[in-house]
Amino acid sequence: MKPSIFGYEAPTSLEDAIRLLAGDTDAVVLAGGQTLLPAMNFRAANPSLLVDIQHIQGLRGIAVGADGIVVKAMVRHREFELDQDVLCANPLVAEVIQHVAHVPIRTRGTVVGSLCHADPSAEIPLLLVLLGGSVIAQGPSGTREIAAEDFFQSFLTTARSHDEIVIEARFPLLPRRAGWAFDEVTRRHGDYAVVGVGCVVSLDGSGCAERVRLAACGIADRPIRLKDAEAILTGTALGISDLDAAAEASVAAVTQPDDINVSQSYRRRALGALIRRMVVKAAQRAGSAQHAESVA
Amino acid sequence: MSTRMFGARIERNIDPKLLRGEGAFVDDIPLSDALHVAFLRSPHARARINAIDTAAAKAHPGVVAVYTCDDIGALDVEMPLLIPHPSMTNPQTQRPLARGDVHYVGQTVAMVVAVDRYTAEDAAAMIEVDYAPLAVEMDMIRALQDGAPRVHASIPNNLAAHFVQSSGDPDGAFAAAEHVTRITVQVDRSTAAPMECRAVAARWEAVTGELTVWDGTQAPISVRGGLASVFGIDEDKVRVIAPDVGGGFGQKVLLFYPDELLVPMAAMQLGRPVKYIEDRRENFIGSSQERTQIHTIELAALKSGEVIGLRDFFLHDTGAFIPYGIAVAQVASTSIAGPYRIPNILVEFKAVYTPTVQVTPYRGCGRPQACFAIERAMDQLAQELGLDRFEIRRRNLIADNQFPYAREGLLFADGLKVTLDSGQYGKALAMAAAELGAESFAAAQAKALSEGRYLGLGLACYVEGTGLGPYEGGHVKIHPITGKVYVNTGLSTQGQGHDTVFAQIVADQLGVSPQDVIVVEGDTKAFDWGVATFASRAAVVSGNAIHKTAVTVRKKVLQAAANMLDVDIDSIELRDSAAWVKGSNRFVPLAAIATASNPLRYAFNKAAQAATQFAPASKHDGPPLAEGEAPGLEATDYYSPSQSTWAYGVHAAVVEVDPGLCTVKIRKYVCIHDCGNMINPMLVEGQVMGGIAQGIGGALYEHLDYQADGNLANASLMDFLVPYATEIPDVSILHLETPSPLNPLGVKGVGEAGCIAVGAVVASGVEDALRPFGALKFHQVPLSPTMIADALERAGH
Repeated sequence: MKPSIFGYEAPTSLEDAIRLLAGDTDAVVLAGGQTLLPAMNFRAANPSLLVDIQHIQGLRGIAVGADGIVVKAMVRHREFELDQDVLCANPLVAEVIQHVAHVPIRTRGTVVGSLCHADPSAEIPLLLVLLGGSVIAQGPSGTREIAAEDFFQSFLTTARSHDEIVIEARFPLLPRRAGWAFDEVTRRHGDYAVVGVGCVVSLDGSGCAERVRLAACGIADRPIRLKDAEAILTGTALGISDLDAAAEASVAAVTQPDDINVSQSYRRRALGALIRRMVVKAAQRAGSAQHAESVA
Repeated sequence: MSTRMFGARIERNIDPKLLRGEGAFVDDIPLSDALHVAFLRSPHARARINAIDTAAAKAHPGVVAVYTCDDIGALDVEMPLLIPHPSMTNPQTQRPLARGDVHYVGQTVAMVVAVDRYTAEDAAAMIEVDYAPLAVEMDMIRALQDGAPRVHASIPNNLAAHFVQSSGDPDGAFAAAEHVTRITVQVDRSTAAPMECRAVAARWEAVTGELTVWDGTQAPISVRGGLASVFGIDEDKVRVIAPDVGGGFGQKVLLFYPDELLVPMAAMQLGRPVKYIEDRRENFIGSSQERTQIHTIELAALKSGEVIGLRDFFLHDTGAFIPYGIAVAQVASTSIAGPYRIPNILVEFKAVYTPTVQVTPYRGCGRPQACFAIERAMDQLAQELGLDRFEIRRRNLIADNQFPYAREGLLFADGLKVTLDSGQYGKALAMAAAELGAESFAAAQAKALSEGRYLGLGLACYVEGTGLGPYEGGHVKIHPITGKVYVNTGLSTQGQGHDTVFAQIVADQLGVSPQDVIVVEGDTKAFDWGVATFASRAAVVSGNAIHKTAVTVRKKVLQAAANMLDVDIDSIELRDSAAWVKGSNRFVPLAAIATASNPLRYAFNKAAQAATQFAPASKHDGPPLAEGEAPGLEATDYYSPSQSTWAYGVHAAVVEVDPGLCTVKIRKYVCIHDCGNMINPMLVEGQVMGGIAQGIGGALYEHLDYQADGNLANASLMDFLVPYATEIPDVSILHLETPSPLNPLGVKGVGEAGCIAVGAVVASGVEDALRPFGALKFHQVPLSPTMIADALERAGH
């Protein structure tokens, strides 16, 4: 469990970093290193060159604006989790991030790093998909915005080109009066999700679901929106039969085969349970928000 | 110190050093110019080696040597069969480096020695081995069938051992039974996963012909004997030191692992210190594991619930080799009747070779499997007879006045008849029921169910034969300069806190603070004789040896002090590191007594002046050291137990099962245990708690996931689920203290106790929690979410 020989560069400009990546197809970006370095010790990853981006100007900080939250490439999970402006603008973020590994890992690992690693069980990619966010990638020919649902392509694979660096991620705010929920099942506290489900619900004046967004991680080769379930639930009163129908419609979304942790049929069962629970929880919060607003 | 230290909750002497990071583990031993080892290990569970090409590895810069079986001379033989037993036909042990065949993924094939571990790993990857893979059978039942792929070409049916023992008249009991219950249960394979993996470093002093080996072993004296034998060196020229060791749990008691021979060999050949630090992956694929057993157990009962007979047949997975003999299976087979009278017993097992790393004892050593079998069977019997689970146990427990309770015909792992020496089994069961709130549980369960929550009560009893022989020793010496007491023993510590409990034993005899008792273990130069740390034996065997020795030293101190203070021995009391004339302020410090007990020619300090020419401590007219006397205040003695002493306990829990997510939460956990007199209840609780945590691992999380091809799919701490602190509930630990009549201190072992019953408790609780969904059966641990989901699905939920 010692890495094989590798090179190391710590450029101070984005242009230099991109040039280094472009010049070596086996070079990889090093940000927080919480996944990459153990993988190197296992010799599961054998990069020729690490391009450490922590000294590059302009890759730090979180900006909360009217149209969303911008998280720069070197922002650690822990900064995102504890940022008070983020908490006010989108409380779902903290609810999701507390499930990401453990505090020491969140203190080093980066939000964008998790997105670029694209583990299908990871929570942050699910959050971006659920909210309909995007990333900004910069390469030799400039920058481009990639929508979350285009970014995650398959297991550990994204739309980022080898010579691109994701310089920021954009997480939209929650719609006004929306309720939210996220939970996951893990074998142990802090492990990758066996199944995770996030939900955002807006209710109309009669208490019916006006808008439902559902996404899951751990069930396929990437985090996915549960669009069939969303369609079933939208416009309903979110009763037990609606929830059952939504859960039933999501069974086919589970394509992850049996693995060392659980079977595929277990995942289907747990996905259904989480969909029911998260929709109810999000709807309750939406109801409370609506109630609070009407009282005010 | 007039306060008795035996029984006191004092903090561990070892903790300040360990908590400050000042411990010295093998990898911390400074060895200038050391070389580093990496192994090439087999990627196949079974294969024929056609050829090995080491040329590229040897040519790699920084590589000093590359060894295959052809390069290790006299070491190229099978390693020792440590515990022979007639039940084994043709027992197989491993060679240090594979010759001809490989038998499991992880088996050592070649060794690279290089300037650093990075280089050594790079070079190991350059070795080319031409393997011809062979068929494997991972399933024990199929492996026993005719024509099954063989782990060893010469051994058909993969049968490693077959052993039957019986007690009483089991056939008669089954003929007389009014009810028979029968179940098949399985405990899966796990591993100790010590915090520190194994480690070996060696230095050869060519001038003096001395070999020093630092080995993270539980058995330094045994390793020394083995190394002296293998290398043909005098034992006194081999020094084995087990420095600070980060956990062992049995995994580090095997000798030899290949590295324990090959690292010293390389140090001797290359003339430089050589170091091997096992990494986590290697620990998973190359170091001993345990637990897979499949038991089919039958109980012959009367309608009253009294169990009059037991038949158990089980398969025991011994891995590809059987260096530790049948110890694990034998312990399981002789623990099978637990704390119950059950006078008629038949136990039979077959040990089966599987193409996996060898199985040797891991904390519990067959007892968790036996406990799981008998306790799940008792639950089923209670269900079938309509009896409460506490009640059926109460009706079968050995009564207090039935001790010693012998099971004629069953020989324990020490080769001696199983004889449970003492206990208050009924009281322990009643305490567990009271502490858990068993009486009001049904109401709590019903209320929870009305809220959609599924609570279950789990229960299991266990016994543990502890403190096996053959013997250990103790050396106690009062230091003449400091008055501190030095204690040595032959076994070694892996962080249990031996140094503190041994100090407490000595402190009471010599009237010193435990902090002034310096315990040295695990260094063959410090103590010459002994065996090892295993089988929950340190407190029992070394503890009593040290106690006996300290009593002798106390007598010497009293005699010398009486001489110096010119009073009768009866007038002397020992406290505050001094001998006092009772009821007066006259005293003489232990240091001064120790100095005066050593007749001196040269006075090096004030106390020594009193010891020159005419030592006042020796009251005679002859030579300064009388015939038969030894200088100083020291003694050496040994303790050899007549048989094992049996600890026991009762565990009970309330668990909550979420039928949607199929997760299990332990809401309350109660442990009543009895390890005889407790030397330090705080350390006992630490041992029990650690054992329970490991037991929870075995009950719900830790499962070595071998694939059909013999590869281990979860050989990392990311994928092998050792529970975190977040998975371990608060545990209510209550003590009973029934002294063992077998040893002077009245102690029993406690090291393994905690882990034994947990799997049975959790399975029992989950079954109870899910009863609203039907009579679901949970007969296998670890119990995974998938198993719960499958059981619910089969029941139509």
